[in-house]
Amino acid sequence: MRIDLSPRTNRSRLMDGFAPILAFVVAVAIGGVVVAVMGRSPATAFVTYFIAPLSEVWSLQEVALKAAPLALIAIGLAFCFRANVWNIGAEGQFVIGGLFGGWIAVATHGAGGSTFWVLPLMLAVGTLAGVAYALIPAILKVWLGVSEILTSLMLVYVAELLLDYMARGPLRDPAGYNFPQSVTFDDAARLPYLMEGDTLHAGVLIALTAVVVATIVLARTLFGFEVRVVGASPRAARFAGFSDVRLTLAVFAVSGGAAGLAGIAEVAGKIGQLQPSISPGYGFTAIIVAFLGRLSPVGILVAALVIALTTIGGEGAQIDLKLPLDLTRAFQGLLLALVLGADALSRYRVLFVPGTAT
Amino acid sequence: MTLDVLQMVLVTIVAAATPLMIAALGELVVERSGVLNLGVEGMMVLGAATGFAVAVETGSTLVGALAGAGAGLALSALFGILTVVLAANQVASGLAMTILGLGLSGLVGASYVGMKREPAPHLTISGLTDFPGIGRLVFGQDAFVYAGFALVGGIAWFLWCTRAGLALRAIGDDHTSTHALGLQVRKVRFLAVLFGGACAGLAGAYLSLAYTPFWAPAMTAGRGWIALALVVFASWRPVRVMAGAMLFGGATVLQLHAQAAGFGLPGQALSALPYLATILALVLLSLGRRQGGSLAPASLGRVFTPFR
Repeated sequence: MRIDLSPRTNRSRLMDGFAPILAFVVAVAIGGVVVAVMGRSPATAFVTYFIAPLSEVWSLQEVALKAAPLALIAIGLAFCFRANVWNIGAEGQFVIGGLFGGWIAVATHGAGGSTFWVLPLMLAVGTLAGVAYALIPAILKVWLGVSEILTSLMLVYVAELLLDYMARGPLRDPAGYNFPQSVTFDDAARLPYLMEGDTLHAGVLIALTAVVVATIVLARTLFGFEVRVVGASPRAARFAGFSDVRLTLAVFAVSGGAAGLAGIAEVAGKIGQLQPSISPGYGFTAIIVAFLGRLSPVGILVAALVIALTTIGGEGAQIDLKLPLDLTRAFQGLLLALVLGADALSRYRVLFVPGTAT
Repeated sequence: MTLDVLQMVLVTIVAAATPLMIAALGELVVERSGVLNLGVEGMMVLGAATGFAVAVETGSTLVGALAGAGAGLALSALFGILTVVLAANQVASGLAMTILGLGLSGLVGASYVGMKREPAPHLTISGLTDFPGIGRLVFGQDAFVYAGFALVGGIAWFLWCTRAGLALRAIGDDHTSTHALGLQVRKVRFLAVLFGGACAGLAGAYLSLAYTPFWAPAMTAGRGWIALALVVFASWRPVRVMAGAMLFGGATVLQLHAQAAGFGLPGQALSALPYLATILALVLLSLGRRQGGSLAPASLGRVFTPFR
């Protein structure tokens, strides 16, 4: 028997909605088997991963706080991936955004006078730093044709090492007993909390704004139209006279800016100082989120919440069930693989043809 | 005396180059068939974890190495099903394999963190291995190194001297025409993907069984990605992959010596060297090739469905 794929003339709407759900169910089923093999009850694990984080106010806030950077980065990446441009260095742009934005906070630490401008400046600098860092692979691609996949990825390691150096060296708190971290930011350099006494900060609002703006840009502007056309049919885009070079630079700038903004929002929101490491892999997880969300802003928001839920659930499972965090990572990788596989269902009719394999 | 010092340096360079070489050679075959496998890093790290775990359990380095290759092969089979059978996007699928491989390797290796084994045995031929100057370099390596060099010759011979190799290269250049000619595009690609996965797994097993004989989470540290860059750098030719791997191995060794010597540079700057060198190599390569088309297989990264 062999499997043939017959392209559909239109993507199946039914399958478009159904495929990610199917992939999620299959991934949960496989995860359950693995958990059972490791000698834990799959039912208990399911509750710990997917239900428990939803049952308390503080863990709901944690989910939202994890989902916000993921959604923000993934929305930027969606522009890239839709245009068939592969920025996989969002992790590096996130780190650079956090580092340079945080630098402003360290430099203005303890400054007198009015300080209302500190936070906006940090956000702007973080965003621009992300844009600039993302433009390195973009420029190398359009100028010399160097694969943006490899350069953007290599720059992640460079960014992480740079942050490590800065947090242990020049930006370390001189009065910090040699701990490898900067001073704790002043209040003027922190994102405000949404409610008194809670952990939820304004970074969540930034992510929600990004969802709205990206939806409008993709659906209602010429730039959004170009991105969609290039993704759907590069030939048609060439005939329409859309510039490949300009588009590549633009989508890299958008995704780098989003990642940089997410980075400084994380530093100014949750962390409140510079540390040798500021990201638990948000930039890479966001790639999963982007595809899981079908590269649409609203889908990405939902996907970010789901992935954040499994991450918080994974932390709970590590404490309650002694299940390793790597299980969560493996689950997320498997989920992405299954989503991509299930995508075949909406693009092709899958035919099982009797006979020998080809 | 100085000859022996030079030999020592060369031996460490070869050791650092071997994992890059083996993984890049496997990826070269995959890309020659027209598939871009970005999951090398994941397959490598899974091979490292599995290889070490199995070697500890069985007490055999050989069985460990085979298990490492097998683990890479298994992960690449999933990649093959996604990209070759279901025509999924190759870039995204490869990234999924890297994330999945990193997660799985953590699960496999969890109970082996902190253990140490004897490194894989080195060849000793009395008289030859002790030969001053070149004895250890030529006759005193471990089996992985010899396997790596055998792969260079074997793959070069297969791709340019056999009918099957010609078919594989043709499929990588134009899957539509070769399909029309009756070549089995998807079967060849799937086999190439499996071979590449096994090579990546073996390269990972070399890291945990010979290079640094222990398991540490994410111990590949981006070597899978450097191997990918190496294939581009070598313009899809096995002998150039070997040369490029030596160059990168040299850069790694240089960085280690510089770390030890100090030089007043921060350690992080030196650690960043291999990654910056990769970018620089790709840039220089492109600068040298401004005119003339790309040397990449023409169908690289494009999905193929037999109905079209």
